[in-house]
Amino acid sequence: MLVTTLCVFHFIRNMTLELRQETSKKIDKPELSKATTTGTGRPNSLKVVHGTSVCAMGSQMSIPDSENQKQDDELQSLAADVYDIIKDIQDPEKPNTLEELNVVFEEGIHMTRLHDMEDAYTVHIAFTPTVPHCSLATLIGLCIRVKLERSLPFKHKVDITITEGTHSTEESINKQINDKERIAAAMENPNLKELVEKCIKEEDY
Amino acid sequence: MQAVSHVYGNSWVCKTILTDSHNRTIRRVAWSPCGQFLASASFDATTCIWDRRSGEFECTATLEGHENEVKSVTWAPSGNFLATCSRDKSVWVWDVDQEDDDFQCAGVLTSHSEDVKNVRWHPEKEVLASCSYDNSLRLFHEDDDDWISFAKLEGHESTVWDFTFNKTGNRIASCSDDKSIKIWQEYLPGNDEGIATPEGVSKWKCVCTLSGHHHRAVYSIDWCHLTGMIATACGDDAVRIFLEDGTSLDQRNEPSFYPINIKHQAHREDVNCVSWNPTEAGLLASCGDDGSIKLWKVPTN
Repeated sequence: MLVTTLCVFHFIRNMTLELRQETSKKIDKPELSKATTTGTGRPNSLKVVHGTSVCAMGSQMSIPDSENQKQDDELQSLAADVYDIIKDIQDPEKPNTLEELNVVFEEGIHMTRLHDMEDAYTVHIAFTPTVPHCSLATLIGLCIRVKLERSLPFKHKVDITITEGTHSTEESINKQINDKERIAAAMENPNLKELVEKCIKEEDY
Repeated sequence: MQAVSHVYGNSWVCKTILTDSHNRTIRRVAWSPCGQFLASASFDATTCIWDRRSGEFECTATLEGHENEVKSVTWAPSGNFLATCSRDKSVWVWDVDQEDDDFQCAGVLTSHSEDVKNVRWHPEKEVLASCSYDNSLRLFHEDDDDWISFAKLEGHESTVWDFTFNKTGNRIASCSDDKSIKIWQEYLPGNDEGIATPEGVSKWKCVCTLSGHHHRAVYSIDWCHLTGMIATACGDDAVRIFLEDGTSLDQRNEPSFYPINIKHQAHREDVNCVSWNPTEAGLLASCGDDGSIKLWKVPTN
C-alpha cells in the first residue's frame, strides 16, 4: 500500500539523518508522520517535515483506511483548487499560459496539513521551466507565489521548486525563489513588479 | 507561556515617526550602546544615523557605499565601531566618532560569496561576526590596522539567517533555513582539548545541532545574557525557548540543549525576530509577518 511505503521511506531517511548529525537532540513527543497526497507518488516529492521521527510506522498503520482516504480526497480537492489559481498565469515570454506550456501541471501540486491547525495547509508546487534560462525560471516562481498569496482563501505556507532534473541550476533557483527577503526586495523594483502583475492579471473574457 | 502587555495598553505609546530618510524598506534598526543614537539600515542601500541628544531625532549622517540592499546594522559595545552588511556580499566596518557625528569606513570585508544576512559584535571583544546566504558564518578582527576574517563556521545546509553570542562570547548559537540551530564553541590557543589554533587565533567548532524542532526556516535567534535561555523565531509561526541542561558528561565539548517552552501560533504568520530585554529577565519581544509586535513573559525557573 502506498501509505506503508511512504512510512518506510520516512523511517529509513530519518535513520540516515540521525547518523549524520554531530550531536542531535530530538525531544518532541511522538508525532504521526503525515502522508502527503501525490498524483504520481514520486519519492522526491516527499518532505520529512518532522525530522524527529519516531517514524511511527506502527501508529501510521493504525489510522483506519477510510479516514486516510477521506484526508487524501480533501487534499486532492484542495490541490485542484490551487491548480485552478495558477494555471492561467501568463508565461513572461510567450503568449501562452503556464498550463498550455506544461510549466505547471496538477501532479506538481502537493498539499499537507499545517502542523496542529485546522484549515491551514502547506502548498508544495513543482514547476518545469520552458527554457533552462535562469532569470525566467525565477520570474515564473515569483509569479506563482504572488498569485497564490493573493488568491488562496485558506491559511497557507508555500514552497515552490523546480521539477527535479529539469534545470541545471535548480538548487540555486529553488533557494532564490523561496528566500522571502530576496523576494520582498525584488518586488520593490517597479519594473519587475509591473512584469509580475502583467503575468498574473486575470483577463476578462 | 503567557502573553504579557497589551500592545494597545496605555503603557506603550508611539512617541514619534521618523520619515523622509529612506525610500525603501527599512530592514533593521539598532540603538547605540549609550542610547543616544539610532541606526536604520534600508533596502535603499543606505544606513541613516539618528541623533536624539537635542531631544528630537535628527538624521545627522547617512552611510553610503553598499551596492544594494543593506540587511543589518549593529553598534560595537565599546562604542568605537558600527558594522553593516548587504546583499552585495560585503560587510562594512565603520569607525565611530560620536563627538563629531563622524563615521569613516574602516574596512570592506568581502569574505562571503553571497548575501550577508546579519552582523553582530562580540559582547566583550572587538570581534565582529556575520552570517550569510552562502550557509556560513564568519568572524572578523583587526590585525595590524586591517580588518580580516579569521574564522569560517561551516555546517549549515542552507542560508544562515541569524546568530547570537552567549554572555561571555565563547559560544554562538546560529539558526538557518535548514530548520536547525547550531551551537558553536570557541577554542582559544593553548586549549585543554588540544585543538590546533593556527596563526594563534581561536578555532570555532560546532558542538551541538538541534534539528527536528522547527518545521520551517528559523529566521531569528537570541541568547539571553541574564538567564541563558535561547529564543527562536520560526516560519511556522512559533516562538521556542531552549536551555542547556547540565546532564551532559562533557558540557563544554558536547553540551545538550532542550526545548523548555514552545508558543505555537505566537503570531498569525511567520515570526521574523525575537529579542530579549537586556535587564529584565524573561521579557521577550517578537515580531512577525502579521504586522504585530508582541511582548512575552517567559518563566525563568
